[in-house]
This record gives sequence, C-alpha cells and structure tokens, in this order.
Amino acid sequence: MADGPLLSMIGIEKRFAGIPALAGASLEIRSGEVHALIGQNGAGKSTMIKVLTGYHKRDGGEVLFGGVPFEVNSPHQAQKSGISTIYQEINLVPFRSVTENICLGREARRFGMLDWSAMHAEAERLLEAFGININVRRPLMDFNTATQQMVAIARAIGFSARLVIMDEPTSSLDEGEVAMLFKVIRRLKADGVSVIFVSHKLDELYEVCDRVTIMRDGRTVRTADMDQIDKLELVSAMLGRDLSKVEGHATAFTGATREAGETVFVAQHLAAAQAVQDVSFEVRRGEIVGFAGLLGAGRTETARLVFGMDQARAGTMQVEGGPHVPQRPSDAIAAGMGFVTEDRKHEGIVPELSVAENMSLALLPSISRGGVVSESKQRELAERFIKQLGIKCSGPNQKIRDLSGGNQQKVLLARWLATDPKLLILDEPTRGIDVGAKGEIQRLIRQMADRGLAVLMISSELEEVVEGADRVFVLREGRSVAELDGDGISEERVLGAMAHGHSSETEQVRA
Amino acid sequence: MKRKLDARILIGTYGVVLALALLIAFGWWRYENFLGLFNVMSVLRYNSMFALVALGMCFVIMTGGIDLSVGSTAALGSVAAALASPYGILPGAAAGIGVGAVVGALNGLLVTRLNIMPFIATLATMLAASGSALLLANNQSVSVSYESGFTSLGQGNLWVLPIPALIAAGAYIIGSIVLNYTSAGRTILAIGGNEEASRLMGLRTDAIKFFTYLASGGLAGLAGVILAAQFGAGQPIEGVGWELFAIAAVVVGGTLLTGGVGSVGTTLAGVLLLGILFNVLNFENGMGWISLSAYWQSVIRGAFLLVVVIIQARLMTSRRAAL
Amino acid sequence: MTETLSGQSPAGRFFDPLDFLARYGTVIALALLLVFNLIFTRNFATLQTLNVNLTQVCTIVIVAVGMTMVIGTGGIDLSVGSIMAISGALAPMIFLGTIVPVGNIYLWVAAAILIAVGAATLLGLFNGWLVAYFRIQPIVATLVLFIAGRGIAQVLTNGNLQVFRVPEFQWIGLGRPLGIPVQVIIMMAIVLLAAWCLRRTVFGRSILATGGNERAAELAGIPVNRVKLAVYAISGFCAGIAGLVVVAINSASDANLVGLGMELDAIAAVAVGGTLLSGGKATIIGTLLGALTIQLVRYTLLANGVPDAAALVVKAAIIVLAVWLQQQGRAR
Repeated sequence: MADGPLLSMIGIEKRFAGIPALAGASLEIRSGEVHALIGQNGAGKSTMIKVLTGYHKRDGGEVLFGGVPFEVNSPHQAQKSGISTIYQEINLVPFRSVTENICLGREARRFGMLDWSAMHAEAERLLEAFGININVRRPLMDFNTATQQMVAIARAIGFSARLVIMDEPTSSLDEGEVAMLFKVIRRLKADGVSVIFVSHKLDELYEVCDRVTIMRDGRTVRTADMDQIDKLELVSAMLGRDLSKVEGHATAFTGATREAGETVFVAQHLAAAQAVQDVSFEVRRGEIVGFAGLLGAGRTETARLVFGMDQARAGTMQVEGGPHVPQRPSDAIAAGMGFVTEDRKHEGIVPELSVAENMSLALLPSISRGGVVSESKQRELAERFIKQLGIKCSGPNQKIRDLSGGNQQKVLLARWLATDPKLLILDEPTRGIDVGAKGEIQRLIRQMADRGLAVLMISSELEEVVEGADRVFVLREGRSVAELDGDGISEERVLGAMAHGHSSETEQVRA
Repeated sequence: MKRKLDARILIGTYGVVLALALLIAFGWWRYENFLGLFNVMSVLRYNSMFALVALGMCFVIMTGGIDLSVGSTAALGSVAAALASPYGILPGAAAGIGVGAVVGALNGLLVTRLNIMPFIATLATMLAASGSALLLANNQSVSVSYESGFTSLGQGNLWVLPIPALIAAGAYIIGSIVLNYTSAGRTILAIGGNEEASRLMGLRTDAIKFFTYLASGGLAGLAGVILAAQFGAGQPIEGVGWELFAIAAVVVGGTLLTGGVGSVGTTLAGVLLLGILFNVLNFENGMGWISLSAYWQSVIRGAFLLVVVIIQARLMTSRRAAL
Repeated sequence: MTETLSGQSPAGRFFDPLDFLARYGTVIALALLLVFNLIFTRNFATLQTLNVNLTQVCTIVIVAVGMTMVIGTGGIDLSVGSIMAISGALAPMIFLGTIVPVGNIYLWVAAAILIAVGAATLLGLFNGWLVAYFRIQPIVATLVLFIAGRGIAQVLTNGNLQVFRVPEFQWIGLGRPLGIPVQVIIMMAIVLLAAWCLRRTVFGRSILATGGNERAAELAGIPVNRVKLAVYAISGFCAGIAGLVVVAINSASDANLVGLGMELDAIAAVAVGGTLLSGGKATIIGTLLGALTIQLVRYTLLANGVPDAAALVVKAAIIVLAVWLQQQGRAR
C-alpha cells in the first residue's frame, strides 16, 4: 500500500435544489486508521458519505481513492471498488434471510446457479467473528435490532473492503455488543482496512478512533488526532461555539428571566424503548424550557411520549395536576397540547392544502358549524396569524408547499397557537430556516411565553437553548442529567453536561 | 412467542398447500371420478393459462409492483398467434410471446423511466393491448390454422399429459430456479422488501424491475398462445378479469402484495386451489343433491381471498409488534 | 433554505409550459375537442348530441365521484363495478315481487331503491373497515368484493336476466323533465353536492389532509380511520345509484354485465381530471371534465370513422399523458 492517504476528498460541493448541503468539505483517511466523522444534524456527514459512495453526484471537488481519481455513479460501483457502507437506518431487507442480506450482490455461484450452502457457510463465518451464532436461514426481521445491525456490519465487511463506513453503528447496540463491534473494528484495522466511524457518543470515539474530522454547515471545520483534542473542544467545534468568546452575542431571544407561573406539566422517570431511559422535567406557565443534548440523547423521543405518539413504558406524566396518559395525539390535543414536529415535511405540512387550510387543521371543529367550514372564520384566522407572525405569502389561499421553510414553520406554529394550547412542544423550531426568519421565530416564541404559554423547546443549537430558555434540561443517552435555570444557564455548563453527563456547577444551581 | 409466530408463518406460507390438499381429499372422498385421469387432465389443461399469467404476476408483485395488463395482453397474444399459426407451431408461439413481451417492455419503460405508478401504467397498456387486439382481429375471433399442428399447443398430449400443462410446468420450474438460484431472483425479492435499501446495497433495481414486467408480458403472451390453440381461435375479447384472478391466486399463494415475500410454488398452489374450487362445484351440481350454481365460485373465491388477506394483515401486525 | 421574499415558488415566476399543461391540460383538451367537432363533425351542435354524450358519461361520472373521494385519501376502490351489479340485481327483485309480493308500486319502488343503495353503502363500509382497521392495502381489500360481489349478484338472480317494464322505476333512467334526462340531473346533483362537500366541509378537508399527509393529519387530531370508512361507504353509495341508473336505462338487469369494467373507467376519469392518484389533492369538477374529455374523444373518433378499438388505444395514451404531465408539473 502506498504511503499517501487511502482516501482524499477535497473541496466537495453538493447542492440540493440550489441549497448547498456541502460547501467545500474535505476529508482525508489514511490506510488502516479508524477515523471519526462527527457533526450536528444537517452538518453534512450523511451527504458526504453518500457522495463518496456514489449515491449522490457531487457538484464540485475531487475524490482520490488509493491515489487515483475516484468516479463512481452508484453504491454498486463503490462496493466493487472496495468501499462498503453501513447506513444509519438499517438498510437491509427485513423479509429476506440473514444469508441473503449478507450475500446479496456478491452471491456464490456454482454452475451459474446460486450456491446456497456456500453462502450460508460464508454468512455463518462472518457472523461468528462477532460471536453471533444464529440460524442464517431465517428472515432478518425475526432478530432484534442489534443482531440486524451486526448483520449489516457483517455484510459490509464481507465485501473485502479497503474502506468501511459506519454511520452510527452503535445507536441500537448494548454495551456488550458495542465491545464486540470494537473488537471487529480493531481487527479490521490490523488487517489494514480503514474505517470511517460516525457517532454521537463521544466516549466511543475516544475508545476506538485514531483521528477525528468535525463538520459544521457543510464544511469540515477541524481534523485532529483523537488524543490531541478533549471532549469539550469536540462539542464546541461541532456546535460552532468558540469557548474563548462566549460573551457578547445575542439571539433574538431578549428579555430577562421571567417569574415562573404555576406548573403546567410534569414528567417523572419516563422510559420507553432504548432511546428514553429515565427522563424527568417540568414546565411552568409562561416559561420556555429548553431540552439540550446531542443527537440520539432522547429529546425527540421524550416529546413523542408527551404527545401520545408513542407510549411510555414507565414513569408518570401530569397536566395541571391531573394524570396524563395519552394513547394517541388527539388525547394530547384534548389535554391542551400542541406539537410542532422536527420533521416538517413528513409530519407537519399537508403540501397540497393552502396556508389557511393548513393553519386551521387542528382547529376544524371550532371554526365550523354543522360540519361546514366557515370560510370567513378561516380567513379571519389566517389573516390574523399571517399578520401576527409576519408570514410571507401571497395570501391565505396560497399552497403551503410553495412557501419557504421559515414561512411553512410559522404556519405550523399558527396551527397550534390557534388552538390556544396550555403547553406547546417545539422540536427544532428553527432547523433549516434562514437567519432572518429564524430570529423572527425565536422572537415569536418569546412573545408566546410572555403571554403565559408554557413552551418545551428542543434545539440542537446551543445558542438557542442557552439564550432562549428560562430553564434547561440536559439529556444524555436517554437520561435527564442536568437541570439549569436563571443565571445558572451557560454554554460551559450545558456543554459540560452534554459531554460528561454532569456539570460541576449543576449541583450548586440546584442547591 | 417465537415458536407461536413460527406456526403462524407456516400457516401463512403453506396454508394454501394444506387447503389444496384438503380440497383434493374432499373431492376424492365425495366424487367418484374426481381423481380420474380425464378430470385431472382437463383441470390441468384448462388452468395452465391462468398458471402462466399468475407466474408473471407473481414476479411483478414480488418487486412491489402490479400488472393489470396481463388479461388483454393474453387476448392480444392469442390473436397474434392465431394470425401467425399458418406458418407453423414455432412462428405462432413466437408471435404470441413476442407481442406479449412488447407490451411488457412498454410497461417496464413506463414504470422505470417515466416513473408512472405501476397501477396506472399497466391500466393504460391494458386498454391499449385490448384495443390493439380488436384492431388486429378486426373485432372478431380469428380462427387458427389446423394444418400446421399449432392446436397441439393447447389440445395435444404427450403420453397422457396435456401439452399446455407441461409448458406451464416448465415455466414454473424455470421461474422457481430464477427466483431461488440466481441473483436476479434474490434481487426481485430484495426490491420488494425495501427498494431504497436495495439501491444502497448496490443492486440494479431498475433493470430488474424492467425484467419482471417483460417476463410478465411474455408469459401473458404465452398464455394467449395456449388460449388460441386450445379453443382453435384468437380471442380478442377474452382475458377480461384475468389480471384480478391472477392477483387473487398470487395473494392466496402467500405472496405479499407489498412485495418482498413470495414463492413460485405456492402461487401455483393458489391457482390450482381457485381452479379446483370451480371443479368441485361442477361435481357437486352433477350429483344433483344440492344445486349450487357456478356463480358461487366467485363468491367462494372472494371469501377465500378475504380470509387470506386478513390472516396476512394480522401476521404483519404481530410481526411488527415482535420486532 | 432560501427565502423567496414574494412568497412565491421559484417556478411561479416563470411560465412553465409543463406546469401549465398539468393544471389546465384537461380544460384545454376539452375546448380543443369541442372546437374540432364544431368544425368537422356534422350535426354536432345539437341538443341530441349533448344528450347522447351526457347519458353515456353519466354512470361513469357518478361512480367516479365516489372514486375521487377514495383516491383523495390515497386509496382506491376496485369493487365499484361489482357493487353496481349487486344494486342493479337487488332493486328489480324487490319491485318485481321476487322477494315479497308487490303492493303499492310506488312504495315498492321506493323500498327497492332504498334497499339497493343501502346494501351498496354497507358493502362500501365493509371495504373501508378492511382498509382502516386491518390496514389491508386498498387495492387488495377492494379486490375481495370485486371478485365476490359480482358472484353475489349472480347468485341472487341465479344468473338470469331480469327484464321489467316498471315506468315508476325506469323514470330515473328514461324520464326527461324539461327535456333534461333524469340521470343527468342525478349526476349533476351528486357532482355539485360532492364538490361542495370536498371544498367546504370539515369532512372534505379531512379527506385531503388524510391523503396529503396521514401522519400530519393524525397529529392534528383528525380521525383518519373514520374518514377512510366514510369515503369507501360513499363510493359504495355512488356505485349503488349508478347500478340503478344502468338497469333503469336498459329495462333489464344482467348481473353478468352491469358495471363490468367500471372501476377502470372511473379511475381513468379521475386521473385525467387532475386528482392526484397518491392522494391529497382531489377535484370533483376535474373528474367530471376528465370523464367528459374521455367520452368526447371517443365520440369524436367514432363520429369520424375511427373504430372503437383504436379509441381504446387513444384513451390509454391520454391516461399516461395526463399522469405524466401531472408528475412533471409537480416535480418543479
């Protein structure tokens, strides 16, 4: 193997519908190294990987693999050239057998026919490396998520790859399984195979990775040896916060800490599935409560429990002192809640309906009479909120899909504000929204709280949480690990809790 | 839990075989000539056309698609075959299969290149094939040439075995090998199971989807050839409702309409089950004890389909819950 | 994300021929066909031509209205033709006294209509139940009744043709108050009611929200399952009425033929009319125009000596073109 890097991606650019997802990102992988790739959601990691594997065509930049220009048009070609990928969501075929999932695309043949016994043996051999002994003839869906993840990894390794990309491979594995995976990674490394390792669990990076590249806003902001960079530096580079100049900036959230009203919502020791282990928090009238945490910390999952989209396995919830056990979203709506989801496209807008129709969706019973929607009430409502929230559209009848992301988000805010809720849950309210609209939305959230609304805001942007929230709960790996309020909220403390699971000052704040 | 699930999966997959066996046993016990050579052979002969159409449908459905055009493609194939039959057996068969393949290729292009939903694309080609058949046949049935020996494809026997049944059997054997022992076959199931994942796995999804529509068209054309040979005429207005019969047979055979799970063998069992139901009703009427009209067959078929889809739906929910 | 200050989509600022065609293609095609016929087809501009075309398209439109609502929720209903056969078989059995001897003919005709349409609605409800509560794909769920339904109609009548001469009933197929066929009045009433319903009522909004984004609709508290039940019931209701109209026109009910192939005609009308087949956008008036366009194309071709079979091929091309244009218009 040559001395140069195995892979160089230089100045990669990629735009979707004119919007840059990658703006000159670079990545260099050496032979036989385990290289961490980290960044916030939307930083461009997945796009970078998909450009490398030929799933997306790049708009600019250069890729060298093994020292020669690397041009692939499909994951198929990338696989043949020695780049195997394990995607974040397990991208396998659940109905098909384990063997097929491992061997599809490079089947063993005998006399032109598939050689099943050779393929089963190969699948068993690959899985044995992980200490997994299962009936490979059974459909993949019969096995738990961790095993499925291992199958995905076995598949990737089986392709005698020179570079294996693992996109959050550990998100569904328990400790023992993770240890097993790390053993396999080390063995790959010893064999001279390089690994790109994407993860949000910082401890893991230090355990298994040699170097790290940090991405933000479609660029690579830093590459460092793992032992030259500490956790706090990692997190601040990811979030784009330079610790030396924490002071002296302002978001659109203004105003002093409010006097908290009575408690509207309490959750105690919530747990469900893997993502939520033990989360407790409360929200009071007129305050914005921020949920901070890295990706996969369980923030959205907790919000889904509150809104009845999933059911809690353990723990209790109360709304204004009464028990809250929602079976479905309409129960939560009846209890006076609203939920602006993180996935605007799939869970928020109804694209073919107009601005006014989208706004009135959760409010249909009260603006209609005998089942007939009152056009005048709907129009009045839409015009009021268009004005109040400053929604830029040609009028209440414009289709929502023709609006920009920021304005769509305002329409969704209006949908819930119109129901006059007690508690409004906002999941990443400003994601994918340009700077101007972002400030406006942040101001709106503050105004809503000032009028007595209780707001639960999930945000991956540290600035938004620290400056916007009156109280912050930090979640880490499914647990609420810190509660900060008032002057106790600072970037250092939040970062500390996200990185280490506790903030040294947390206790004082509580006390 | 796991063990119980296994039993249910077995019922889901092989229930149709069990039901078929029970129905045959019932017929054997109740009617004198049910398993007689004549009855068995005529059932096989008559159902071979449906078997071929269902085989193609099965492949398309396993990718998560659907092909509504098979019935009128078969009609078109029968007309083309009848027109070419004076030139001999091979030209006649080739003409029928050829026009079928053209319709299939058109379906494949509409679905993979223009990204039109399979349901609509094949609905359109269904109309087009039906219109073409009528045009080609000048709105009447086209009699086949008896001199060339073409009719043996539908009426002939090899020893005691009907030739159309042998053709269908051959097609099922090849289909089964393709599905189980070639990468194309495994890719078909992978696409139906998760198209996005298959693409990410580096499988050639569009080419394989195209192939399934092509095969379905070709097999429908072949069914048309047998139709023409069996009834001595190309039938431009035959084939109405064949597509839905084929879908029913495929579903009864345990293939999921969402794609990803399926088997060639149980599809054949599905075809035979639906076909023998009809046969049993005939016998029942022949005994004269009760008079169940032939019309009951579609009611019974529908009821059967209902039971199967409800079991499948239940199975899917319990599997999802088990994950 | 880029903020477009006008709030307009980028495509909205330029003239986009494909988008334009996707929106107005059906209307333009209809207009062109009318102009063509006025110039080239003899005796086109007569009341008779209008009546011929309207009566031929009537049952398709009635069924297609229900189909539009089902497709609006992202579903499909293959069973409409079979349900027509059942309703068409039931009604004569009642007013001919096959079940209970006939008393007052008006009472019996009324009962026949109510029972036939009621049974059709219940069968639609059954489809909805399979779709909403068993989560069976609509195409399979309605396939059950597609297959069994016609059989039920045949079993009811023993496959016999029911011929009748009951003017009190046949009025719905043959009556002409003010020179307008009753069936056209029924069609227009259903079209207008459904169009109003889809545009103005909570139910209509719920249909579009369910088809446009089921997750979002559920999160906004819309009873998605009940909406699905209702649209399939409505589709059954419409098919029931259409079945009655068909047998009334024919003075006979043949369970083997009533509504045969209707599901495809109705779906074609809906597709050409501009309703999104994936759900979320539906237009009843569009469906009416779509059905008229297909009918007028057929009429034009026939009136100008093109065989009916060739008209089928043209119909196929129109469907593909309409759906393709719709997709192109949306991709922008």
